[in-house]
Amino acid sequence: MESVKSQTITAPSTQQVNGSKAVLEALVKEGVEYIFGYPGGAIMPIYDELYHYHDQLKHILTRHEQGATHAAQGYARASGRVGVCFATSGPGATNLITGIADAQIDSTPLVCITGQVAAHLLGTDAFQETDIIGISMPVTKWNFQITKASEIPGVLAKAFYIAKSGRPGPVLIDITKNAQFEEFDFSYEQCKGFRSYIPTPKLNFDQIDAAARVINAAEKPMLLLGQGVILAEAENELKAFIEKAHIPTAWTIMGLSALETTHELNVGMLGMHGNYGPNKLTNECDVLIAVGMRFDDRVTGDLKQYAKQATVVHIEIDNAEISKNVHAHYPVLGDAKEALTALLPVIEENNHEDWLNEFRAFAQTEYDKVIHDELNPESAELTMGEVIKFINEEVNNDAIIVTDVGQHQMVACRYAGFKQTKSSITSGGLGTMGFCLPAAIGAKMGAPDREVIAIIGDGGVQMTIQELGTILQTGVNVKVVILNNEFLGMVRQWQELFFDKRYSATEMINPDFMLLAKAYSIECEKVDERDKLRAAIHEMISHDGPYLLEVRVGKENNVFPMVPSGASVSDIILEKPQNI
Amino acid sequence: MSRLTISIFSESRAGILNKVSSAFSRRKINILSLTASECEVEGIFRYTLLVEDDESKIRKMVLQLEKQVEVVKAFYHFEEELVSQELALFKIPTSSMTNGNAEKIIREHNARFLTIEQDYAVVEKTGFRAEIQALFDELAPLGILEYASSGRVSISKPETNIQSYFNQEVLGEKISRRISI
Ligand SMILES: Cc1ncc(C[n+]2csc(CCOP(=O)(O)OP(=O)(O)O)c2C)c(N)n1
Repeated sequence: MESVKSQTITAPSTQQVNGSKAVLEALVKEGVEYIFGYPGGAIMPIYDELYHYHDQLKHILTRHEQGATHAAQGYARASGRVGVCFATSGPGATNLITGIADAQIDSTPLVCITGQVAAHLLGTDAFQETDIIGISMPVTKWNFQITKASEIPGVLAKAFYIAKSGRPGPVLIDITKNAQFEEFDFSYEQCKGFRSYIPTPKLNFDQIDAAARVINAAEKPMLLLGQGVILAEAENELKAFIEKAHIPTAWTIMGLSALETTHELNVGMLGMHGNYGPNKLTNECDVLIAVGMRFDDRVTGDLKQYAKQATVVHIEIDNAEISKNVHAHYPVLGDAKEALTALLPVIEENNHEDWLNEFRAFAQTEYDKVIHDELNPESAELTMGEVIKFINEEVNNDAIIVTDVGQHQMVACRYAGFKQTKSSITSGGLGTMGFCLPAAIGAKMGAPDREVIAIIGDGGVQMTIQELGTILQTGVNVKVVILNNEFLGMVRQWQELFFDKRYSATEMINPDFMLLAKAYSIECEKVDERDKLRAAIHEMISHDGPYLLEVRVGKENNVFPMVPSGASVSDIILEKPQNI
Repeated sequence: MSRLTISIFSESRAGILNKVSSAFSRRKINILSLTASECEVEGIFRYTLLVEDDESKIRKMVLQLEKQVEVVKAFYHFEEELVSQELALFKIPTSSMTNGNAEKIIREHNARFLTIEQDYAVVEKTGFRAEIQALFDELAPLGILEYASSGRVSISKPETNIQSYFNQEVLGEKISRRISI
């Protein structure tokens, strides 16, 4: 037997470290740049070690752990990389939950590391002990509690692999304090797979051929793209595909920016506040090709009246999504990029000009009845749409637009122009108010060369407004636009339309946002007149640093078109019904 | 509504059962019975659950379960696709054998005594639910002191076993066989 000494000499890749250092080494090995987090007792050993890592890992101290998760989400969505969060046990960990749930439903890769009480205290109701593994289980792609330092490298490698592979999602790793202190022989190897997990199913070429046959035979094909296209980095393949087969293409808000706004085949937004044409014509197309989207109820309206006439081709990486909501006659299970690459040579060149003209005709109707007035209003009150229009002009359709949840979100998604992918960041599946401000901070860190503009309602901004402190401390160059209607606008719109205008708990008495911005040393401006709007936006974009612009918009403006909830997509309305 | 048996094969780790049961409770699917055991593949656990619900709902849930990182494979089967058995134990007063005809009933039902003590006896019956119920009904008038039964254990008739899945799909890893319990 060789001596222990000679063994350590012949194994140069291992080193004696404590668990905390192992965590940070693992992050470095995974190429992590940023950690969004907040310290506390149970994670102090890791933070102590972080003190020595300032040149390799940038830690952003958000003002709330929820902000840390949203910032990590913004970072992940803008950069295509894994977002990383740190939080302490108990309340630190539970504060992560909203962001984790948001990341789970919107398929955003996160690795969240929480401190936990020492292993011998588990289950004793120790100070700041909470069962975060149990709490986070239904909203994580995977979670794991580490109680021994030696588990750290293997588990973290798995965490990163799971978070980013296949359909991405959030992973939570809970590390007891004793494991953070414990010394062990560290070596790190990235995870390349394990037996119970097949992230990317192998393409079945029979499915490809069958799908190609129906697509080739289609006379009125329509394609719906979702975030799966962005996550698979399949934007070019998608474009080549739709151009070759000449297929009108609509998007979910999670798929927004995968196809540039001005593309001839881009027929607009699906769903409740989407465009008129794609909603109407969903119920007239003969072949519906869904790529990397999951037929959320905000997209489909009443399923019993959704695309019943169409033959559905569903290209999707997650087997559980196929035929979950809408029956797929021709499923294609696999990665969107691989599937579209395989389809491209077997689909035929085609021309669907007449069919495309049907979309154009609906677009014209929508323009005349809704868009023209939204973008060029005659009333004195400012509209949300004109704010977005001026932003488009100012940034030449080329900024990352981060939105919160509500009317402003729908308006921004409808009217913002995009040239590049990964440029629209919003909370789609969970609809989390408070997402935007921290997500914008993270997005700027994930895409430092891009202009990042946060569009937020006066309600949502106050849910995570403390992150102005993160802007102050980091100086991160984000532009924050508050569209202030002094209402929880979207809820008020529903109250107006469906609850006889009973404005129950939706009116907001707001703080002076200018004073707030000043308190955080953030340049700011407030606009309530049309004449000054363009100049104010220009000033905001030209300013070299963070900026807060408050725009007073009409208090009771509504977002149209609208698919009333429970109605069919083709019953989309362009204006307030007469009887209301 | 169909009576369906769900088989879930997963890595054995604390917390999996939690995931499995929350998948059911989230959809308000009532679990009629649940059994967990090792299976023929080392380190893989097998959960067998009996439910009564719409097939389409169960199909979707099974896919959601299969998506869980530690779950290797999940199936659902109709009654005719399975061979399944349950096991029940009855504690009956010893007096019921002298005063009544417990012994004869037990013989007729192909059940057997596991132990006979001065005051009580323990009887084991393996079979279908209906057979166990029939024995219960006959013993009840004689007095049942305690009764416990397992969930169903089942083996599917079709070729969808976990071993074949492993042979095709898994990273060329060698699977060590073991006798299942
Ligand atoms: C955390 C959270 N709470 C409540 C809601 C319900 N909700 C959806 S939109 C909305 C109103 C948003 O108001 P505001 O932020 O002012 O934006 P606006 O609709 O006026 O543009 C509310 C309350 C939500 N989506 N998220």
